[in-house]
Amino acid sequence: MEKSIKKWFPLFALPTLVSFAIAFLVPFVMGLYLSLCKFKTVKKVTFVGFDNYIKAFSEDQDFLNALWFTTKFTIISVITINLIAFIFAMLLTKAIKGTNFFRTIFFMPNLIGGIVLGYIWSMIINGVLYYFNATITTDANYGFWGLVILMNWQLIGYMMIIYISGIQNISPDLIEAAEIDGANAWQRLIHVTLPQIMPSITICLFLTLTNSFKLFDQNYALTAGAPGNKTQMLALDIYNTFYGRVGWQGVGQAKAVVFFIIVAAIALTQLYLTRSKEVEN
Amino acid sequence: MRKLKKFLAGTLAGVMAVGALAGCSDNGNTTNNGGNSTTESTASATEKATGFYDDVDTSGVKSIYFLNFKPEIADKYKAIADKYKEETGVEVKVQTAASGEYEKTLTSEMAKSDPPTIFQINGPVGYQNWKDYCADVSGSKLYDLVSDKSLAVKSGDGVYGIPYVVEGYGIIYNNAIMTKYFATTGAVASSMDEINNYAKLAEVVKDMTAKKEELGIDGVFGSTSLKTGDDWRWQTHLMNLPLFYEFNTGTGDVITNCLEATNLEFKYADNYKNIFDLYTENSVTDKNLLGGKTVADSMAEFAAGKCAMIQNGNWAWDDIKAGGVVKEEDVKYLPIYTGVDGEETQGLCVGTENYFAINKEVDEATQKASMDFLVWLFTSDYGKKAVIDELGFVAPFTSFGDDEKPSNPLAQEVLAWMAKDGYTSVKWSFAGIPSEKWKNDFGASLLEYVQGQKEWTKVVEDAKASWTTERAASAE
Repeated sequence: MEKSIKKWFPLFALPTLVSFAIAFLVPFVMGLYLSLCKFKTVKKVTFVGFDNYIKAFSEDQDFLNALWFTTKFTIISVITINLIAFIFAMLLTKAIKGTNFFRTIFFMPNLIGGIVLGYIWSMIINGVLYYFNATITTDANYGFWGLVILMNWQLIGYMMIIYISGIQNISPDLIEAAEIDGANAWQRLIHVTLPQIMPSITICLFLTLTNSFKLFDQNYALTAGAPGNKTQMLALDIYNTFYGRVGWQGVGQAKAVVFFIIVAAIALTQLYLTRSKEVEN
Repeated sequence: MRKLKKFLAGTLAGVMAVGALAGCSDNGNTTNNGGNSTTESTASATEKATGFYDDVDTSGVKSIYFLNFKPEIADKYKAIADKYKEETGVEVKVQTAASGEYEKTLTSEMAKSDPPTIFQINGPVGYQNWKDYCADVSGSKLYDLVSDKSLAVKSGDGVYGIPYVVEGYGIIYNNAIMTKYFATTGAVASSMDEINNYAKLAEVVKDMTAKKEELGIDGVFGSTSLKTGDDWRWQTHLMNLPLFYEFNTGTGDVITNCLEATNLEFKYADNYKNIFDLYTENSVTDKNLLGGKTVADSMAEFAAGKCAMIQNGNWAWDDIKAGGVVKEEDVKYLPIYTGVDGEETQGLCVGTENYFAINKEVDEATQKASMDFLVWLFTSDYGKKAVIDELGFVAPFTSFGDDEKPSNPLAQEVLAWMAKDGYTSVKWSFAGIPSEKWKNDFGASLLEYVQGQKEWTKVVEDAKASWTTERAASAE
């Protein structure tokens, strides 16, 4: 067995490895290299070393502002999305009439594209704020909470489905045993349900964390950074730097590399932390 | 197992090397090609400065690629391209960038193996950005035909951008509403001729606001659209007036002066504030709601007769016509008065942001074939008719006779204002603004000012500071 694997491995793995190299490794290495260059199109580049990275942090307050805004947004939305999604999941795993119908309804927003969602919500929010003689661009806080609401609305259904499948996988024996031992509902939740659905929590945290941090479409369509770049998130700032400023493409690329490192670091740390809490069945 | 791992690692490393090699050789080739064609075309430009490669044989060229800037006329270009193919056999591939996405589209298209052969630059700033790609067209027939050669984009002895449309903007007004106003009791003016400076304009506008129910309008001016991406009428077009007065020093060209200015004094900031406040205080829409308004929103207000005036240019005619309320003969222009001394003889803001450039990275025959298409477009009978009727351009070429003018009433008004004796048109000095970032930041500042979150002095300070940094950044 081992022998035949050894023999045929190159033949079967080669196509995948080659496409992986062409579609992922080469662009990635090129991206890293470009972040050290000044360029207009990828054909004409001049090497400038770490200039772009210095510029990204020193000459441009926008990047740090965007980083702060994104962090705040991520913290708030990760907490709200997971909390609400979990509550919905608990409710919809009780024997209520029409649970399937509700599950479908809650899941649906996830199927709509980000740009469309952004425009729909900007209409809704502007429509409401109209009565207070304001728009979503009046105050950066409106934009912030608008984004949080949008993100919640979109992701809660998806996370809820994951939590539901986790909850349904808990063996009824465990719950029953806890009941017999005299555990109340709260104790059952903390000591039985939560440890049992740790894998779902890992997945949900990972998805919400990375999705919130990398948010672009919704940000672009809802506020586009207004007022005064105050509601600009990292991805949008990178996009604007890359395309909006003459001679700043390299800086945009450098920001993108920093962005990648941050996202990778957060995601890996979170995976490590929650994985270690998962219980083996 | 260990052997398998070793083997795996070896294969992976091999694959990576293959990938890297492929990347390398690819890069190597393109650099070489790029280098070669650059030297070639520079050499030919100096040798053949008078002919734009007249002796170049274009028979081998099967297709050229035109990256169009104006989405509103994309379909019309397609029809023209079909006709050209029918007549000459050369296929013109027309691609159109979405509104506001031209630079982005051009950047990605240029990196492809089949790049645009004709593209557009927006003036001297665009040229700085794309100078490695712009061929010298000083010897071309199309440049010969340009009626006012000072409009072209030049650098040293070379010409790199040919203006193909002249446009004008000012305050468009609905004459029917104005006539109604002049007939009201206590009107502060009796005809449009009396309005020839800011003081008078402000007086009339304020009186009109007081009588808006009587006039049947929601406000004098259409909404000052300040939604991000829809604020160009203020951060670029209106900004043109203070820039023009600051940099029209009498020595040198105003655009060049503006382009070379490392600092902005913003001497006419108060004048800008005059007119901007007048717009927002007498608007259809409350100040706090302007952040959600788009240009389309405010054009719709004007087209429906809900306001009497709106700042925009001749390209806005289609929007007004679509409303079906405002009559063609009622659409007129007023220059944008800001309270500068001697503005009684100021005309409309006339200029262009649209220049054709030929990609010098493609081979000579294709360059020539691209130029041939443009010459055909602006000289052949079919082409000229299409330019006037379909594209609706006021084309600044001598090949157009006096009877060959567009039917768009606003375009006709622009020509009429240009021909008025004793009036000076305001050149489009905004071509000298350092970067898109400057404009976007200024637009964002204006929004905050309107919403009462930023003092005017801070708006001015920020604009000046941003000018200095952005100029320095793009000069590198």
